[in-house]
Amino acid sequence: MTATGSDQAALSVRGLVKEYVRGKRVLDGLTLDFGGTGLTAVIGASGTGKSTLLRCVNRLVEPTAGQIVFGGRDIVPLSGRALREARREIGMVFQEYNLVERLSVMENLLSGRLGYMPSLQAWLRRFPAADIERAFQLLDHVGLAAQANQRADALSGGQRQRVGIARALMQSPRLLLADEPTSSLDPRTAVEIMELMHALGREHRIPVIVNMHDVELARRFADRIVGLSGGAVVFDGTADALDDDALQRIYGGTSWMQ
Amino acid sequence: MKRVAFKPDWLARAGWLLLVAYVVYAVGRLDFSVERFVTGIDNGARFLGRMLPPRIAQPDSLVSGLLESLQIAVLASFAGIVLSLPIGLLAARNLMPAWASWPARAVIAAARSFHPVIVAIIFVKAVGFGALAGIGALVVASIGFIGKLFAEAIEEISLKQVEAVRATGAGFLNVLAYGVMPQVFGRFIGFATYQLDSNLRNSTMVGIVGAGGIGGTLFSAFQRFDYDFVAAILLCIIAMIMVGELLATWVRKVFVDHGRVDEE
Repeated sequence: MTATGSDQAALSVRGLVKEYVRGKRVLDGLTLDFGGTGLTAVIGASGTGKSTLLRCVNRLVEPTAGQIVFGGRDIVPLSGRALREARREIGMVFQEYNLVERLSVMENLLSGRLGYMPSLQAWLRRFPAADIERAFQLLDHVGLAAQANQRADALSGGQRQRVGIARALMQSPRLLLADEPTSSLDPRTAVEIMELMHALGREHRIPVIVNMHDVELARRFADRIVGLSGGAVVFDGTADALDDDALQRIYGGTSWMQ
Repeated sequence: MKRVAFKPDWLARAGWLLLVAYVVYAVGRLDFSVERFVTGIDNGARFLGRMLPPRIAQPDSLVSGLLESLQIAVLASFAGIVLSLPIGLLAARNLMPAWASWPARAVIAAARSFHPVIVAIIFVKAVGFGALAGIGALVVASIGFIGKLFAEAIEEISLKQVEAVRATGAGFLNVLAYGVMPQVFGRFIGFATYQLDSNLRNSTMVGIVGAGGIGGTLFSAFQRFDYDFVAAILLCIIAMIMVGELLATWVRKVFVDHGRVDEE
């Protein structure tokens, strides 16, 4: 195991299978353990199930078979309140930020607390003072304190992704997932966002799993790299171990590697 | 072989041809002649002449009729909007399963299929003459209109934003409040103010079939050939509609100023 931190896995995926269409496996019995800290980059060609893997972990997508052990229990059979309680401990950052555009930055951040809020209080926007204080702290941290009351659609791409990360951290998650968080950003902003996620993962001592297409960025920031191909793990190791041979196994062919 | 960029659509062409043919046929059936037109202008001029100057023959029935129309419009809008929110939400096929959306869509379709005057006649038969029948008729009309547009607005929202809110562990009601409502709220205000406007106009008409409001006064003035009183009533209706429009504009502006609404 290359992930740093405690020996006990924070997340353990066992024999995960997902078929969107009967008989066509997007994930083909995936088994992976993620330790208590560290940033894991998941790389692989488009359509190999990277997004499906992350979305199965927080059950935005229903797994067809397999187990996902998080916080000491299998969360695949959960539903209703129990599912939402598991979900609120898993922060998710999206490729296209997925902020609610017509809400302010502050409202977007506080929506990270919705899993902890009764409906009536949420409708009345009565958030506990501690949540509001934490939201301001996180905004300071990601450098957007001045934008707290702006509408999310007034922000630039990099700013939006910072809000997206802050929203995920508002959940006080024990796991942070990010689905191609830098694919819609320019190279410089992409590096800044990766630095931020890396640092925040360390600071909050939670594991971070990032799907990405940029192999160089993965090498630079990831403590561990997982390569997927055809819904199965074909590489699992440190950045140093990711040689041309491994890349060929992950993406196939050689002509693109110059 | 010559390549064509746009394939001719013979079905569409046939459709257009049929439409033109029908319009020509229908105009032929109208029995329109210059003679009739000239007599018509003459009648119209005499009618207008008798309307001037407008005269308020029965101030009591004018005021009570207008107030009743206003009540019908406001109460029907309020009840209609409140009822169409859940119905519209249930009818949205992207958030609701088919077993919920089909019945809701059936309710909306039924509410839309008849003109308010026809619905008003049914209500008059059911609950008797008066404002209650008018309110019922306009509530039905409001559900048909707002319910349908609200459902369509929800079906056009970005599910990515909804997914992100779901991913925080939010329950269904919280997802509605933070993922769905912000996306449709501005448009909903637009529909609601438009419906209030529309109900104001319709509330002046349901009285013709006895469902309360100024329409009854107007209709009886017509039948007594009190055209000057008719003119006075019409002017009052115009004034009421304009005030309603100002109110609707103001409501929209309040929400725009709060930064919640995009005028689309």
